[in-house]
Amino acid sequence: MDNSSLKRTARDFASKCPVKWCPGCGDFAVLAQMQRTFANMDLPHEKFAVISGIGCSSRLPYYLNTYGFHTIHGRAPAVATGVKLANPDLSVWVVTGDGDALSIGGNHTLHAIRKNIGIKIILLNNRIYALTKGQSSPTTKMNVITKSSPSGTIDYPFTPLRFAIGLDCTFVARVMDTDMTMMAHVFEAAAKHEGTAFVEIFQRCLAFTNVEFDHFKDRTKKEDIMVHVEHGKPLVFGKNKDKGIVIKNFKAEVIEFEQGKVPPEVVVYDESNTELAYVLSGFFYPDMPVPVGILKNVEKPAHEELMHDKEKEAGDITLKSILEGPGTWETN
Amino acid sequence: MGKSGLNKKDKISHIDSSTIMFAGDSGDGIQLLGHQFADTTAIAGNDLSTLPDYPSEMRAPAGSLGGVSGFQMSFGDDNVMTPGSKPDVLVAMNPAALAVNIENIENGSIIILNIDNFTEHSLGKAGYISSPLDDGSLSNYRVISIPVNTLIETTLKDSGLTRAQILKCKNFYMLGIVCWMYGLSIKPTIEWMKVKFKKNLSLQHANIKAITAGRAYAESTQIFEARFQVKKAIVMPGKYRNVTGNEAVAYALIAAAQMLKKKLFYGAYPITPATDILHVLARYRSKNIRVFQAEDEIAAIASSIGASFTGAFAATGTSGPGFSLKSEALGLAVISELPLVLIDVQRGGPSTGLPTKTEQSDLLQALYGRHGESPMVVMAAASSADCFDTTVEAARIAVKYMTPVVVLTNAFIANGSEPFNVSKACNLKDFKFPKLPPKEEFKPYKRDEKTLARPWAKVGLAGYEHIIGGLEKDVETGWINYKPLNHVKMTKLRAEKVARVVKEIPPTKIYGDQEGEVLVVGWGSTFGAITTAVNEARKMGLNVSSIHIKHLNPLPSDLGTIMRRFRKILIPEENLGQFRMIVKANYLLDPIGLNKTEGQPLTSEDVLRKIKKLFTR
Repeated sequence: MDNSSLKRTARDFASKCPVKWCPGCGDFAVLAQMQRTFANMDLPHEKFAVISGIGCSSRLPYYLNTYGFHTIHGRAPAVATGVKLANPDLSVWVVTGDGDALSIGGNHTLHAIRKNIGIKIILLNNRIYALTKGQSSPTTKMNVITKSSPSGTIDYPFTPLRFAIGLDCTFVARVMDTDMTMMAHVFEAAAKHEGTAFVEIFQRCLAFTNVEFDHFKDRTKKEDIMVHVEHGKPLVFGKNKDKGIVIKNFKAEVIEFEQGKVPPEVVVYDESNTELAYVLSGFFYPDMPVPVGILKNVEKPAHEELMHDKEKEAGDITLKSILEGPGTWETN
Repeated sequence: MGKSGLNKKDKISHIDSSTIMFAGDSGDGIQLLGHQFADTTAIAGNDLSTLPDYPSEMRAPAGSLGGVSGFQMSFGDDNVMTPGSKPDVLVAMNPAALAVNIENIENGSIIILNIDNFTEHSLGKAGYISSPLDDGSLSNYRVISIPVNTLIETTLKDSGLTRAQILKCKNFYMLGIVCWMYGLSIKPTIEWMKVKFKKNLSLQHANIKAITAGRAYAESTQIFEARFQVKKAIVMPGKYRNVTGNEAVAYALIAAAQMLKKKLFYGAYPITPATDILHVLARYRSKNIRVFQAEDEIAAIASSIGASFTGAFAATGTSGPGFSLKSEALGLAVISELPLVLIDVQRGGPSTGLPTKTEQSDLLQALYGRHGESPMVVMAAASSADCFDTTVEAARIAVKYMTPVVVLTNAFIANGSEPFNVSKACNLKDFKFPKLPPKEEFKPYKRDEKTLARPWAKVGLAGYEHIIGGLEKDVETGWINYKPLNHVKMTKLRAEKVARVVKEIPPTKIYGDQEGEVLVVGWGSTFGAITTAVNEARKMGLNVSSIHIKHLNPLPSDLGTIMRRFRKILIPEENLGQFRMIVKANYLLDPIGLNKTEGQPLTSEDVLRKIKKLFTR
């Protein structure tokens, strides 16, 4: 089939299954964008496999009319690895959450990234276990009251981006669930990426953590709260584009300047610079603006490519050639 | 030693079979020595069965009791089915090897010692207060003392190797001696050395010199009163090789993928004693043999499930603790109804237990160790070579019925070896499985009427896009369905599908009389010991028969009828009575147990002793 002739819309990727998320949930935006991204790719339906674990986000495969597997808690990256290795031609997506990918499935997420397996991990981070009705997750902030921490959490949260960058993940990005333009751009880049693509979505959960991301929704303030990271462009932010990031003695600082006059010391972003990505991944509001966009994007052979090379080198090994090799004897 | 024993007057003594134990420090190359001797006897036309027994420590202190590595094997005519109970020849490379094994050696047996290692220091490490060579404790044995270290150093003094390298060759010097004693050719080993040390000619020459010199030493010094001629086995004509159970499993997985015309995907995590399956398959990683070393036991099975969903023939292997970790994902394989073969190489448990020792104690876990109503096909291999047939059959059932299948082996048959018919294995017929329905009629859970298997539409196939998962699903479409009656239907369908596998089980063969006094019922690795014991008992005139169970779930349909034809049922197993419990529950019978949990395989002597007891009461 000539894939370039595939003309489809997002609706072509919607399944017949009624969507069952709470009204207003951030997951809807992710679903809609995945459908759009898939429609824009030069791949037929059957070449997509969407694998999930357990949690609200993990219901997503049911709503796409591609191949899908709703597996068990935390194991989606491992199942997806098997899918990708069994057929590297497939576009394999993992839809997961903060509890699923970083707590019960931490080891699988870690090793999928380490091995640079060609899967796209879309992590819907709502900073809570929502499906089980509100327990603290590995990304829940300190001293937050949840059902499992009625007097406030005492566990230090960790930053998914730091985890992925620390593992030398070849593609790392972060998007707000309300920013559909950026999500489209990031998903498209992730889809094209060979190797592991790790995308964190700041996802509002109306039931439990709605307030968590409130500050990002405030149209009057959000430009001052976030810095949009773009390869080759200076790290400038603010409603009036009058703030920038500089790095002095390995420490990042915000400087202010007159609109349109960006001083040369403002960092020009380089998505191949791991150290820079790591510094930015440690930015937290209100001390620093929250980085969104593609923080890291580098080329490195994917696991399945290296596997293919080794297998090709060995050629075709049959049972007969193994069994009839040295060490046999004959009886008459 | 066989029937005819040793006749001192003869130069050559003819025997039906012999059991030999090689023992030494774990750095002495005992396992290699054993394997080479096994191959030598096989090439000479003997049937054989081996039992490697090595310590689980990385490297226990040299000369210590804990560091003794052993390799026991029996070889001879067709009746060799076990590695033997008591060795009639013990080769001990140091005092610790002697101390560990002497209790199991009958009076009159031959003990070959590397006398150079019997220093005061190493005797002390083995716990000897006085030297067994001087204090008369070995007076009931035929002790042959050989200064192997001195001899090998003299033999290889001009080899250019270091002293440490020279001493490493002593296992082959010993092999030369033992080969002479049994009248066996050293040629196969020399041929093997030429391949093994192809790139290191000085080592090749040194080892060839060592085995040749060992043989010459035995011949010229007349240290043996007589030589043995062990009776050959009559086997089906064809090409053979010696295989361990783990090798046989690996070969079977390759065979099954070939017969299915699919890629093999083997996901595994290192665990003793199952790792050799991974090693063998990794060696043959190629276009159609895909091997994935996962980050943990869970990922090993999860990736295999993903590969199965994508149309590969997927398998995973593990042992005790890893089997526990895989339980949850096995449940996913059950509900998503994907073919998967899981090899569980049983070892002593619970927990880390006895990682290198054998047991049969995972049976109940294989049958029931999952939450929910989670029926699955369970099979067990009877011997090292039978691991091949059992695994191939497991693969066929897995694909035909779209179900995970557990194959139980254990450390004994996984590490032990026996001759394996290569010609037969290379000529297996391709598997046939039902074609997919046309796209328009495809429903992920619409079942085949006969087998109740759902269609296997692999990811990537146009027109068959579908979603599966761990949630209960609609009886046909596979969409999520929580309705009470739908769950009733699905629970029963999953059970019924596995129950129908009974049609794949051939009629149970009864060894001995079709009815009578005692029926010994065995499963898995005890096959050799039970058959040998029943054979002996019958020769003594005892009314005893035996059957062997390969299918643990479902059980053979004729099992109940057969058992009811005997007055007493004896179930020997290497656990506290797990299969006995299954028999009790399924047939309301009350079998007698013979249970061993020593980490060592049940022997024919164990079984025979118990049979005799049943008749003397």
